[in-house]
Amino acid sequence: MARKIRVLIGKPGLDGHDRGAKTIAAVLRDHGMEVIYTGLHQTPGMIAETALQEDVDVVGLSILSGAHMTLFPRVRAELEKRGMGHVLLTGGGIIPQEDSEALEKEGFGKLFGPGTRTEDIALWIQSTMEDRWKNEEIQA
Amino acid sequence: MTGPEIAERLLRGELFALSRLISWAENAHPAFADALAAIYPRVGKAWRVGVTGPPGAGKSSLSNELVAELRRSGSTVGVLAIDPSSPFTGGALLGDRIRMEERTKDTGVFIRSMASRDGHGGLARAAVDACDVMDAFGFGTVLVETVGVGQSEYDVVAATDTVVVVLCPGAGDGIQALKAGILEVADVLVVNKSDLDGAEQLMLDLEDALRLRSIRRDGENSWDVPVVACSSHQGTGIDALRRAIEGHRAWLETRDLVGMRSHKRVQQVRRIVRERLEDELWGRHDDGSLESSLRASRTPYDVAHEILEPVLSSIHVAGTGRAEAGHAESGHAGSGHKGVRS
Repeated sequence: MARKIRVLIGKPGLDGHDRGAKTIAAVLRDHGMEVIYTGLHQTPGMIAETALQEDVDVVGLSILSGAHMTLFPRVRAELEKRGMGHVLLTGGGIIPQEDSEALEKEGFGKLFGPGTRTEDIALWIQSTMEDRWKNEEIQA
Repeated sequence: MTGPEIAERLLRGELFALSRLISWAENAHPAFADALAAIYPRVGKAWRVGVTGPPGAGKSSLSNELVAELRRSGSTVGVLAIDPSSPFTGGALLGDRIRMEERTKDTGVFIRSMASRDGHGGLARAAVDACDVMDAFGFGTVLVETVGVGQSEYDVVAATDTVVVVLCPGAGDGIQALKAGILEVADVLVVNKSDLDGAEQLMLDLEDALRLRSIRRDGENSWDVPVVACSSHQGTGIDALRRAIEGHRAWLETRDLVGMRSHKRVQQVRRIVRERLEDELWGRHDDGSLESSLRASRTPYDVAHEILEPVLSSIHVAGTGRAEAGHAESGHAGSGHKGVRS
């Protein structure tokens, strides 16, 4: 049985717009992934707890509130606290170029802004996970 | 991580091990069978409740309320929420959690979403395994919410102790209730959305249908299926639902619970054998080769015979002939798992 990529799409913080998150969830589903969507207003702790219970490979955060510089590191810290530091943490939203460069430098996955072709997101996740799984196999 | 290692971590209470072992079951990890064997002595303490019913009947919202009610009564709860996989892309959108959001903050509740993948009958293939894993972890109740089902997908019966069938008004008349399936599988019937018009009529129809049925059933020995009116929206009837489930449990416990459970394990063994055989066979015959066999103007039976012939002849050579119905029952259910996934 082919292993499925499990993805959690999370909306941390206070912004109430989840059109984008739902669109991405549907696109990833159509690319054969198993997508868990948790709804609005999640705390970093709730997102990490869900990631743990669902044993996801990827967490994608949708942030339109401008709080990305705070929320990304917090979610990562909460994931690490639960032994889930291996999760591919990525996301998108309204994130200025310099911020997304800074976050990518800190080791977060690629961040996707407005105008991104949705398919590119799915293909990036797919190829990143395939590489990871290949490396795991080599190590094992 | 080896099977015994993950088992040990699970028995120590590590959530990561619990979660990962469910993934192993889903992905048919080669070490899953070993891990299960190591935790199997701890399986059997949890009460397993199945929640099933047609799409949109309110299974997730009701489960959310039921989990809260079970927590109030002192039980920890492991939830397995199954949603359908696309037959075309294999992808799935697992959305049951949204309705259980409040429960995420409660450390006595563990929720796992599962895509049905190529499972049939409203469950995923790994559903029973996931229940076993949550059971061994120590949850008092394991609640399984099925895919929205029609009139014949009832694998949940073999996976759980008490089956709750959730219906709602406006989705069919009394004749629907008389059809085979719904009434036979239900240990508890719920009329959800009882605040809506038509709920009382549905209650009456169901009670009527149950009365008609009980004439044919061996009166005193059969469980009296209660019909419970609930509204997840208003939070009413949930305590009555919990009591109905507990009533069914008490009733089973004074009867042959061990026998019932081992009978269900027999069905699991049969299912594992069926799935393993199918995986093996379809690994050897792809759609293209089947289509070309069919194009040689032969019937589906001819082609099927060609595929089955080597398997059947090896069974005949081994001298076991036809499988005997009671055969699997004699062994310990656990031994059926061992090596199955390896």
